[in-house]
Amino acid sequence: MNPSSASLREQFPLLAAAPELHYLDSAATAQIHRVALDAVLFHETTSRANVMRGAYRLAEAADLAYESARQSAARFLNANSADEIVFTSGATASLNLVAHAFGATLRAGDRVLISVAEHHSNLVPWQMLRDRCGIELALIPVSADGRLDLTNLAELMGGRCRLVAVTQCSNVTGARTDVAAIVAAARKAGAKVLLDGAQGAQHGPQDVRAMGIDFYAFSGHKCFGPGGVGVLWGRAEALAQMPPFLGGGGMIAEVTAAASTWAAPPQRFEAGTPPIAQVVGLAAAVEWMMTLEWAAIREREDALCKQLIEGLARIPGLRLLGPQRGKRAPIVSFDIPGLHPHDICQVLDTRNLALRGGHHCAQPLLAALGAESCTRASIALYNDEADIEALLAGLGHVLRELA
Amino acid sequence: MSDADSLYQAAIKQFAQAAHGHGQLESATGEAKLDNPLCGDRVRMQVALDGGRIAAIAHETKGCLLCRAASSLLGARAAGMDAAAVEAVSGELDAMLKGAAPIPAAWPELAMFVPARAHASRHRCVLLPFRALIDALRAAGAKVPEGTHRAGAGDTANAAGLHGET
Repeated sequence: MNPSSASLREQFPLLAAAPELHYLDSAATAQIHRVALDAVLFHETTSRANVMRGAYRLAEAADLAYESARQSAARFLNANSADEIVFTSGATASLNLVAHAFGATLRAGDRVLISVAEHHSNLVPWQMLRDRCGIELALIPVSADGRLDLTNLAELMGGRCRLVAVTQCSNVTGARTDVAAIVAAARKAGAKVLLDGAQGAQHGPQDVRAMGIDFYAFSGHKCFGPGGVGVLWGRAEALAQMPPFLGGGGMIAEVTAAASTWAAPPQRFEAGTPPIAQVVGLAAAVEWMMTLEWAAIREREDALCKQLIEGLARIPGLRLLGPQRGKRAPIVSFDIPGLHPHDICQVLDTRNLALRGGHHCAQPLLAALGAESCTRASIALYNDEADIEALLAGLGHVLRELA
Repeated sequence: MSDADSLYQAAIKQFAQAAHGHGQLESATGEAKLDNPLCGDRVRMQVALDGGRIAAIAHETKGCLLCRAASSLLGARAAGMDAAAVEAVSGELDAMLKGAAPIPAAWPELAMFVPARAHASRHRCVLLPFRALIDALRAAGAKVPEGTHRAGAGDTANAAGLHGET
């Protein structure tokens, strides 16, 4: 039987210790599960040593933990092989890695297609690549409710389109991308597909093979694991074609004073000492996630999202930024004319409601939606109806307080 | 009443609502635009200098109540000040917010921001208009003391001398 949100909440030490807290900012950072904390502590107190360097038993234990974590991440994503898993410091680092290493295989005039809905992490690295190498950077527009507008997708993939790099799910509107349509068009155009899964992986294990994509990026801290760790999955043949991003220890085949040759992936992309304990913690988190019945969890998250959207609709003047229904994640952003999101969030905090206000590192999207900033509530598996009721009551308090 | 409730006391709301100095100057000699990229607060500050002193000030402020109240306060009070005086009160306000100094004696209205001491993430909201004014004064050719705020420490800036003070 799937655990209730109440019993799930008990598994998160911070939430268990703060029963009054209504944590609705999991799209920024999810709370860490006890198994991830325990795994970090256990690793650091029983197996702490550097990886890929030592022949003593402690180092071998560290190697085993680290490479087992690679297996866990591969299972979580249904990858063909653990060799397709590159550990990074987070989704941003994963995306920058692709922008540099895959970007190094591009020529001036090659096109990369992203979207207006991207988090700055999947926008700025491509602008930087454009400015370095002269690639063309094209953007898929968004509809009025923040969905990717795929009407002119074939034209946008014209020219020498080599990569489509888009979000799996907007961190502002919650709109889910029609990945199948993107992949089908990209295949016709001969382009690879990168999916920014920063907001996707939190809502259940992924199947990168079924999606037919080439790269997938996500962060540990949004998947109930530690911060400072993330994953880049790349199709083996795609990774094999890419030169390294960072140079250093661990990523070489041979080094002479004159030149170096590179290790095979994934080590080619893991220069220096990786965040070993965090990787182990992330593995524990995704192993735990893989034990859950996600259909039931998604149903509950969707019901809370619906409850919230219906409640928000009763607030005069409030504008929802994002789809009312349909394919969406439980990330709900809104604008109340005359009230600044920072003021809203500050007053909500007095009622133990943790929400985020601002541009959410998605300024082009907000500009397209005609907003400068907004307030965002993001729902995860430990949230329940009481959180949504508290938020709706809290917004009533905000209106009275700030009017 | 909790501290954040008291953060939004009547004085802040009144100053934000009054929006003293809101608008643009036709005779501006310097202007600066400052953004707080974290929260989207945005201040465009214009000044016209006469003999090194602020003859006129105007601003367009999009932001939270704290930022708007601070801009409005400057709109009401800054005329007649020179750059050194603006820099001095800005520094005193910064210190007050950090809890290291009392309310500046010459600016008792700044008492409305004392509850923001407890919220470090909001200090920049209050300071942004002051920083924009200093940048606008600099753009107008005023001599701003060394060590004074220069945009770049977290804020993004665009300052320009307009007609220039001759």
